[in-house]
Amino acid sequence: MSDKEYRQNTSARGGLLFMRSAPDIALGERVQVRDHQGRQRNGQVIRTAKDTVLVQVFEGTDGLDLERTWVRFLGEPFEITLSPAILGRVFNGIGEPRDDRPPLVSRIMRNVNGSSVNPAARAYPREFIQTGISAIDGLNSLVRGQKLPIFSGPGLPHNRLAAQIVRQAKLPGEESQFAIVFAAMGVSYSDARFFQESLESSGVLSNVTMYINLADDPAIERLILPRTALTTAEYLAYDLDMHVLVVMTDMTQYAGALREVATAKGDVPSRKGYPGYLYSDLAEIYERAGRIKARHGSITLVPVVSMPSDDITHPIPDLTGYITEGQIVLGRELHNLGLYPPIFIPPSLSRLMKDGIGKGYTREDHARVASQIYASYARALEIRNLASIIGAEELAENDRQYLAFAEAFEHNFVSQGEDDERTIEDTLNIAWDILSLLPAHELSRVSEEDLARYHHHEFPHVEAS
Amino acid sequence: MGEVLEVNGPIVTVLLPGVVNGEEVKLGELGLIGEVIAREHDNAIVQAYESTEGLRPGEAAAALGHPLSVELGPGLLGQIFDGIQRPLHSIQQQSGDYIPRGLYLPSLDRERKWAFTPATTIKIGQRLEGGEILGLVMETDSIEHRILVPADTSGELLELAPAGDYVVEDVIARVRDTSGKIHKLKLYHRWPVRTARPYQYRDHAVIPLLTGQRILDTFFPLLKGGKGAVPGPFGAGKTVVQQQIARWADADIVIYIGCGERGNELVDILESFPELSDPRSGRSLMERTLLVANTSNMPVVAREASIYVGITMAEYYRDQGYDVVVVADSTSRWAEALREVSGRLNEMPVEEGYPAYLASRLASYYERAGRVKTNAGISGSVTLIGAVSPPGGDFSEPVTSHTKNIVETFWALSKPLADARHYPAVDWTDSFSGYAGIAQQWWAEHVDPLWEDYRRKALALLAQADELSRIVNLVGPEALSQNQRWALEAANFLKEGVLQQSALDPVDSYCSPDKQFALLKLMIDLYTSGIELLDIGVPVQELLRQPILARARRLKGIDLEKEPEAYAIFSDELQALKLSMKSEYAINQEISE
Ligand SMILES: Nc1ncnc2c1ncn2[C@@H]1O[C@H](COP(=O)(O)OP(=O)(O)O)[C@@H](O)[C@H]1O
Ligand SMILES: [Mg+2]
Repeated sequence: MSDKEYRQNTSARGGLLFMRSAPDIALGERVQVRDHQGRQRNGQVIRTAKDTVLVQVFEGTDGLDLERTWVRFLGEPFEITLSPAILGRVFNGIGEPRDDRPPLVSRIMRNVNGSSVNPAARAYPREFIQTGISAIDGLNSLVRGQKLPIFSGPGLPHNRLAAQIVRQAKLPGEESQFAIVFAAMGVSYSDARFFQESLESSGVLSNVTMYINLADDPAIERLILPRTALTTAEYLAYDLDMHVLVVMTDMTQYAGALREVATAKGDVPSRKGYPGYLYSDLAEIYERAGRIKARHGSITLVPVVSMPSDDITHPIPDLTGYITEGQIVLGRELHNLGLYPPIFIPPSLSRLMKDGIGKGYTREDHARVASQIYASYARALEIRNLASIIGAEELAENDRQYLAFAEAFEHNFVSQGEDDERTIEDTLNIAWDILSLLPAHELSRVSEEDLARYHHHEFPHVEAS
Repeated sequence: MGEVLEVNGPIVTVLLPGVVNGEEVKLGELGLIGEVIAREHDNAIVQAYESTEGLRPGEAAAALGHPLSVELGPGLLGQIFDGIQRPLHSIQQQSGDYIPRGLYLPSLDRERKWAFTPATTIKIGQRLEGGEILGLVMETDSIEHRILVPADTSGELLELAPAGDYVVEDVIARVRDTSGKIHKLKLYHRWPVRTARPYQYRDHAVIPLLTGQRILDTFFPLLKGGKGAVPGPFGAGKTVVQQQIARWADADIVIYIGCGERGNELVDILESFPELSDPRSGRSLMERTLLVANTSNMPVVAREASIYVGITMAEYYRDQGYDVVVVADSTSRWAEALREVSGRLNEMPVEEGYPAYLASRLASYYERAGRVKTNAGISGSVTLIGAVSPPGGDFSEPVTSHTKNIVETFWALSKPLADARHYPAVDWTDSFSGYAGIAQQWWAEHVDPLWEDYRRKALALLAQADELSRIVNLVGPEALSQNQRWALEAANFLKEGVLQQSALDPVDSYCSPDKQFALLKLMIDLYTSGIELLDIGVPVQELLRQPILARARRLKGIDLEKEPEAYAIFSDELQALKLSMKSEYAINQEISE
């Protein structure tokens, strides 16, 4: 398809360029915009009619002089170049180098939008990944090919947690080809720097590809960045047989950019001004994680989603939770108590845990222990709430045991050091130390055999730090 | 031949004079499939079932002359189709891991041979009506597929093929209608998905759909031919409830529609169902199951179509005299697809961006459920269960509130219950079933006349306990009487021992009606025994100390096949304990006097 170049721009606002008399341009076509100073911007066609075209400009439309702006239609979809040399590199959202090194050279080009995986071609993810973090491994296990977001809030240590997962994640007893794709949208310079240093200090940088869009970079570029990153992940996983862990932060910034463009386009808003198609748009991103029967590699996705005002019902965490296979929720109260990682257990969930744990994967009692801890901790939180009303002295003996259980659980199980890497055995043993603070007859989720085998049956004194 | 004028996401405007609303259309060089949803003069507004990326104005478009339809015939079961009934297994074999665009593959295998046996009840020369049975083929080892005269065809039977092996395209009968036109009937026919298939008349639903899930069957029953909904925030357990129904329900055919949800959830079924056996036939569950998949990353407009594709296939099996269960996960994604298209057409939104016709579309969809007398004169049913995914878990949003007005059984899932891992997280206060009265007759006849009695006692106990918990949270447990403290404890063992049922527990995942009642009865008897003891002055602390309470909580996990006497033994022990405590207390009282 031959290039076409035009100058009939009629208006530009909110990152969108409206053009007249640009006939027969394909939806999704890649565009180059040259402004009056000769600087080039990149765009994509998002609506097309016989005589008008709407272009989304990733660098934004600020400072465009319509009379002197040229638009070139490249006659091809938005593709990025891929080769094994992509590891160890840093790019912006549209795949241009950010590391002062030359662009990749390769014949392999892929459309960043990908296409829908045939559900019949998928393989169900079931390999337990040990992150060394008890609250995850023990209660919300991650498996290879899962999409498991971290729901967080301003000031909470989601970056530290994500970095710890990246450093420690491994399949117990297996050495494999792994890669990390790090996608940052609208993050601060210091956050991006933190990740870079964390990866560097663990010596894995040569296995990492980074896509970075900082808080002061153009917002619209955030719309394409996760797609670029996942196209890379698909290449690494399915062409090069690697197990890829993708960390994406922050999806709320991504959604903000989407809302900006939707508003400029005049799309009908649904909740909080976000367009009605936000669910499908996020799903297009998240569903690219997974495993495929005929391929060796896998894509495990850990997006960070910050909850505005810590509100889990806000559209971004809400829609994310409807798409992803669970969520790890950080709690401000635990954080304020100085506990790390402040993972708040009740709303946290891993939907794929059931098939990745138990005999042959982790330990036979794992599922029942997790279920018991959830149930007992829920009860303990009710009692703690009651104690705050009537005073702990007024509680029955049995209820006081629950308070001790909750304390020990938060301090000794959930909380651990940033470099503390616990095996799943350790995690389950700590769980039993804590469950043993409750009398055996209170524990109806575990089996009688579990109790005989693991419950301490006397009530050891567990130090609450 | 028409021409593409404008491409706006999935909405394409084409110059295509003479098409009618609902007609299928092919777009562009790739031949993308779409459907006409509105017309303006010579232009048609088309919703495309495939991604329109790369489509450009000026490309050709053609009307196909028929509305969106499905193929109905042997070979549907065990398959997975996309939202417009394309066979995903065949597509994978042909095209690999990703779904290519513009690919047309017939839904039914054209090469496979089926052993056809003509019906003995019909004779050459007799008049046949639409929906009558021409003969049979064994579709799977457990399902006999009845070949039907297409519902819109009738006339004199001129010829009927002898028993033998045929492919679906073979003509197996000829029928002459009153105008003299001769219709060639094959092993399959097509039917437009947006038109409900006809039947003789609607019948009352009278038999409960047994799912093996206690909170559903015993507390909030659904009937064969009924309409139910499972609303709940993410993670509350909608999908697991629907999968459990797909696994265990005593239906003949199960159609699982994955509408805008996760790909892996369908894979879960595809991988696990062939390994599981139908508790009644002993055959692989996959033999009675068919899947329709428009996962959340597949084109949004096909999502809108997927639920119609699913229900049309359900009606077809109903017309063969089967009890069919349709689970649709999630109807909210269907409604959002509707909203998306409506928004792009610049229609006036009424609530949260949804068009004014949301409620009526939902109602007419659920209307396709029901128990009917088919045109072949037999009884069949479609039971419809829709998941609802309210944004932020807010049940007052449009899709949930409209659905609540339509369905008879409403299984409301609660986030606090799910957070405490109380599964299924069906809230006993917010849920309802309008079918309990009818179900009662079945339970009284087949299980126990006291079913309704015990059910009411349990629901009353749960309500009382909720009230007591509120009091405790205001003023502390000391404010409660002995009987009230016992009621709180009883509600706890009722919840743990009866309501909670793990889908993952190999024994408890399915619970037979007899076991459901036996378990409920033991818990309520335990509660009333305690009341008797309290009445003669036994202190509640004494009751709370009894090890039998912990054992009661574990009764559900006992496999009665292996230990058939276990519940009788427990009941005897309860009686013995009651007697010994009674006499002990009487002696103590004498001593103290
Ligand atoms: N009956 C049940 N037994 C055991 N686990 C359950 C049950 N119901 C739900 N769960 C757990 O809850 C998780 C979320 O359930 P799911 O049905 O996927 O929720 P939803 O569809 O409402 O988002 C499941 O992955 C499973 O771990
Ligand atoms: Mg679900």
